[in-house]
Amino acid sequence: MDSLLNKNRPPVFCPGCSHDRILHALDKSFQNMGLSGNQIAMVSDIGCSGLFDTFFNTHALHGLHGRALTYAAGLKMARPDLHVVVTMGDGGLGIGGAHLLSACRRNLDITLLILNNFNFGMTGGQFSATTPQESMLSSGFLNSLEKPMDPGSLAAAAGAPFVTRSSAYQKDLSEVIEQAIRFEGFSLIDIRGICPGRYLRRNRLTPKMIEESIGQSETLNGPVPQNIRPEYGASYREHAGSMEPVSMPEGISPRFTPEAGRQEVIILGSAGQRILTAGEILGIAGLTAGLNVTQKNDYNITVLVGPSVSELILSPEKIDYTGITDPTVVIVLAAEGVARRKAMFDKIGPETLIIKAADVDIPATRGTVISADFKDRGIKKQDRALASLALLSGMNQVLTSEMLDAALEERFKEKALNEVRKLVAGIKKWDFSSV
Amino acid sequence: MKLNFFEGNEAVAWGAYNAGCRFFAGYPITPATSVFNTMLKILPPNGGSVLQAEDEIAAMGYCIGASMAGLKVMTATSGPGMSLYSEQISFAIGSEIPMVIVNVQRLGPSTGSATRGANGDIQFMRWGNSGGLPLIVLSPTDVSDCFILTMHAFNLAESYRCPVILASDKEIALTKESVDLNEQEWPSVKDRAAPSGDLPFLPFRPLPGKDVPGFLPIGGPEIVRQTSSTHGIDGYITTEPKEIAAMLNRMNRKIEKDADRFSFADVMLEPEAETMIITYGVTARAARAACKSLKAEGKPVSLLVLKTLWPVPENLIRRAAENVRRVVVAEMNLGQYAREVERILKDKTVECFAQMDGRLITPGRIKEVVNG
Repeated sequence: MDSLLNKNRPPVFCPGCSHDRILHALDKSFQNMGLSGNQIAMVSDIGCSGLFDTFFNTHALHGLHGRALTYAAGLKMARPDLHVVVTMGDGGLGIGGAHLLSACRRNLDITLLILNNFNFGMTGGQFSATTPQESMLSSGFLNSLEKPMDPGSLAAAAGAPFVTRSSAYQKDLSEVIEQAIRFEGFSLIDIRGICPGRYLRRNRLTPKMIEESIGQSETLNGPVPQNIRPEYGASYREHAGSMEPVSMPEGISPRFTPEAGRQEVIILGSAGQRILTAGEILGIAGLTAGLNVTQKNDYNITVLVGPSVSELILSPEKIDYTGITDPTVVIVLAAEGVARRKAMFDKIGPETLIIKAADVDIPATRGTVISADFKDRGIKKQDRALASLALLSGMNQVLTSEMLDAALEERFKEKALNEVRKLVAGIKKWDFSSV
Repeated sequence: MKLNFFEGNEAVAWGAYNAGCRFFAGYPITPATSVFNTMLKILPPNGGSVLQAEDEIAAMGYCIGASMAGLKVMTATSGPGMSLYSEQISFAIGSEIPMVIVNVQRLGPSTGSATRGANGDIQFMRWGNSGGLPLIVLSPTDVSDCFILTMHAFNLAESYRCPVILASDKEIALTKESVDLNEQEWPSVKDRAAPSGDLPFLPFRPLPGKDVPGFLPIGGPEIVRQTSSTHGIDGYITTEPKEIAAMLNRMNRKIEKDADRFSFADVMLEPEAETMIITYGVTARAARAACKSLKAEGKPVSLLVLKTLWPVPENLIRRAAENVRRVVVAEMNLGQYAREVERILKDKTVECFAQMDGRLITPGRIKEVVNG
């Protein structure tokens, strides 16, 4: 195969830059593999390694600093057959740290070449995540205070199944790169090299020193046995392939005639009381009568504690404003919910029905209050909201018994349906004059 | 009639799927997470992919990669995530990468209040990118809009090769509503155009007679280059001022000059009204209720509900407000879009009713402001 180097854009690295060697080694790997330019996507990061995409006559994507692995993942998910090769410096390693860890854990078949020359070349020789503490760079004393990281150990610890440390000067670099590209999964090569323009100004580094530093590190030379596993994309497609296709829910056909006009119901409870589920059931009940329904919820970000408030409007007319201004029914189930709507009670008139759990206090109000002793009747806290709907339907307020039954059937299946039906049937037997 | 009980976020997801979206990446954040949840239910079983990203920057990066590979892509987040999206939005604008971004706004600044609504990102969505080139921002008022405008958002992203933001907010996204989507007229699905004409393919050569380049995917038979650097039509870095100016002016023009074609809005004119309410988002619903009530009281006002916020539908606003003396802009921030309205309607009295406290603006408050 021919070279894939871009004949119109010859490499323009500083004289003596090890990137130039890596460029040619990569080209040789592509040739050995018999690849053509449209089978490869070069994704390059920022800095001198970010020039690679222009020097190859392949698909190319050059983006923002540290993010190359993210573009590569999107490409690979969409085009599994494409060979995706990322070039990134030790700068990109630092700024894109989260993406590197994620790529190692995910294990998409992407090859990452870290062109590690121990400093930020393009911006003037600042220290990077791999700069030795004793190096003299343009960041002054700062790098002497920070410990450099070892990309190879990091990647292996994060789950990368193929990790190699290489020197830009080793003769078999193209074979190592080829092995990495051929590996089915995420592969990373920490290719250590020399930046003559910046790093060598005040520091000594030779190919021999690089070779020695690699020799002193723990061995990482290709497949990492404990991290070997199926490639992410292949596993993903296998999982997805076993799923049944889904289509948009068909919706509910209205089957009842609404009996009342606009109804505004507010349920005041606490997290964990299934307030939102009860609200949803009431909403679905409205749908079965062909009503317009909105359900606006109000809760804190915490789970299992704090207020939970659900506001429902059921109306034969289109609903504009979704807040409740004039409640038909207030269901009071927990003090937390009451606290969030304290001001409301003062404004309520006798036309508003308040169903409240007997053990919850409410502020003074002119509303018509019905106190339900859920506790005495053995209704669990998390069932009180649904029990209140059953009470309402028993009184033929807001929703009918048929609407509630239909809503339960739409919302629940099998065992869960049986349980809610049992609960609702029990409450319908209550003597409503005595609650 | 068949009614669904969807929240806005679910409707966005189904709109995306029906518009051809086959790739979604996101990072969990309230109140946008249920877009992610619904996409995860829809896409993998239907031949698409969903990725949970390690952060919002990555979510955008995954989408950019997948879009360049030819897929229709979407991501969803809220204010703090929008901040992290910024650098990648600039990339998508400047390198003409189609994508849909759902910004389910919550009360800010910063982490703010995760479960309280606001429209505090209106100027940020337009200007929160480096370089300041335009993008498109659509704003739903209800669940049905979430579905239809998401479909439009994909069509616009594909047609103009740019990011399109759907400016939702907690109060629309997480409010469930009865909706009969089959009753709506669905926009016909548009795809990005392949190159045409006799000239050899270059990644940023505009289609003949157009300001939008033809698209070929990375990974196809023809070699494609993409870059975030300032580039010429060949996709290589350029330092030639004429070439740079031509490219940037074209990207500005392709969106600004076509604004009238996608100025979505509801206009309700009252012939005798002296006042017009201009609003958008969930506040439009309170404004509708206020207008009905004012009319019943014999004090009719006109109403303009904007569903395209950027580019500013200047011609539409001018035409709609032609016969009124006074305009009240109602919005859930401290007065952001009012600046645009003031700029356009220099000869009118423009008042802004701005409220940002985590609560909805009520019809009653709007009436008070209108009544003075």
